[in-house]
Amino acid sequence: MSDPILSLDQLCVRIGRRAIIDQITLTLEPGEIVTLIGPNGAGKTTLVRAILGLIKPSSGKIKKRGGLRIGYMPQRLHLEKTIPLTVERFLKMTKGVGTANINDALQKVGALHTLGRPMQSISGGELQRVLLARSLLRKPHLLVLDEPAQGVDISGQADLYRLISNLRDELGCAVLMVSHDLHLVMSSTDRVICMNHHICCSGHPEHVSNDPAYQELFGLEASEELALYAHHHDHDHDPEGNVIHTDAHDHEHKHEGCNHG
Amino acid sequence: MADFLWRALLAGLGVALVAGPLGSFVVWRRMSYFGDTLAHSALLGIALGIALNANLNIAVIVSCVLVASLLVTLQQRKIISTDTLLGILAHSSLSLGLIAISLLEVRVDLLGYLFGDLLTVTSQELLWIYIGVAAILSLLLVFWRPLLAITIDEDLAQAEGYSVLWIRLLLMLLIAIVIAVAMKIVGVLLITALMVIPAATARRLTNSPESMAAVSSLLGCLAVIMGLFGSLQWDTPTGPSIVVGATSLFLLIYALPLPEQKDIK
Repeated sequence: MSDPILSLDQLCVRIGRRAIIDQITLTLEPGEIVTLIGPNGAGKTTLVRAILGLIKPSSGKIKKRGGLRIGYMPQRLHLEKTIPLTVERFLKMTKGVGTANINDALQKVGALHTLGRPMQSISGGELQRVLLARSLLRKPHLLVLDEPAQGVDISGQADLYRLISNLRDELGCAVLMVSHDLHLVMSSTDRVICMNHHICCSGHPEHVSNDPAYQELFGLEASEELALYAHHHDHDHDPEGNVIHTDAHDHEHKHEGCNHG
Repeated sequence: MADFLWRALLAGLGVALVAGPLGSFVVWRRMSYFGDTLAHSALLGIALGIALNANLNIAVIVSCVLVASLLVTLQQRKIISTDTLLGILAHSSLSLGLIAISLLEVRVDLLGYLFGDLLTVTSQELLWIYIGVAAILSLLLVFWRPLLAITIDEDLAQAEGYSVLWIRLLLMLLIAIVIAVAMKIVGVLLITALMVIPAATARRLTNSPESMAAVSSLLGCLAVIMGLFGSLQWDTPTGPSIVVGATSLFLLIYALPLPEQKDIK
């Protein structure tokens, strides 16, 4: 439809003689959600870091659209207990951001209640939401999320992925995220890229889950589980990802679905 | 009050002022052993400075920066863990410094360099201390935001366009300068204490990085006053008295029940 906001051409990152990422070629369209999946050590994080400019590629090209703003959410944040830092102060570290932006971003991710709390005292799920809020602050054209649901419990993970796809709809930004299970990202991603140093297969989530390359990489068991999950998902029409209230509501809703079915 | 006391007090307060914020960074970034290593290598700088007849403050800064760069280079090779590397560098540079000083023709007040000699600060030295203090304060003010950003998370800072390597080097340079100017106050063996103890004490009382830095400056100044007058009163060595003053403030603050406990690791 329009120009890609990001394109990689034959990108390689080598450490010594070992290729961590090997000849990756891909493009990202505006507003598209692309998920990188692959086993541990497949080079997903390395690819993300190369795109962000945190490491230099050994060869190949990264082309970004002019003036592209990227919002980055790291895999996790190691924050020393000794540094006194409230959520508000942490978010204010981003250049040129005011109180209104911060409140707005926290509101969007459903973590406004953490505003005055010390960073070290909020829960894992709240921390991921705060990091997500931080990545939104500069009104990015592209969100790069490295395992956004890291350290979040299963029900919270589903909420978080739903939130990410809602944010995409609301802000119109493209999303590139890393995940190591297809189950949870299936419903909220447009395209899946399955990688193990090189790209094994890519395409729509359903397509990828049936691809022999995917099944070989993750085992047949994983793809069967996936089918099971997808079935479950048909019954689940949870409208929003509000952590506090959804639990009870969610439950009722599911029951209803089951009775109807 | 005698002139030498005024000079001692001014020198101590100046150093405590900058040791507060820098000490906060040392605590946040878990660099206290790193600070120790640089301080130990300062003695080598003194020996070289005397041998080459150079300005001792400059000689100390140069030797600290050299050791810091050596450390960073060895760290990137990843031959042994940083902790072990620091242990090797700290003590070998201290030993080399001691040997170098013993080989000098001139007689050197070794104890003064090891534990400080605040009461003999000259006007000339006071001037150097305040030049160092002014340099550190202005660099801290200008680079506060990037310094804080790389302390919170280096990847996030780099993704937002900060040059992490340069800012890290700047922090090392600042620590080297504070060592050079604090040597006269508490000596190379106790410098880290003057940075770390007030900052650790301030942690319990504050809830923002800026207030922690400011409160540690204040607590450092208080420790200097306590140590100076304690040393006059009981005829104790000044440098160690200042450190004991800082430690007693630490114990006092942590013993007090506070409404909200901000525990420190």
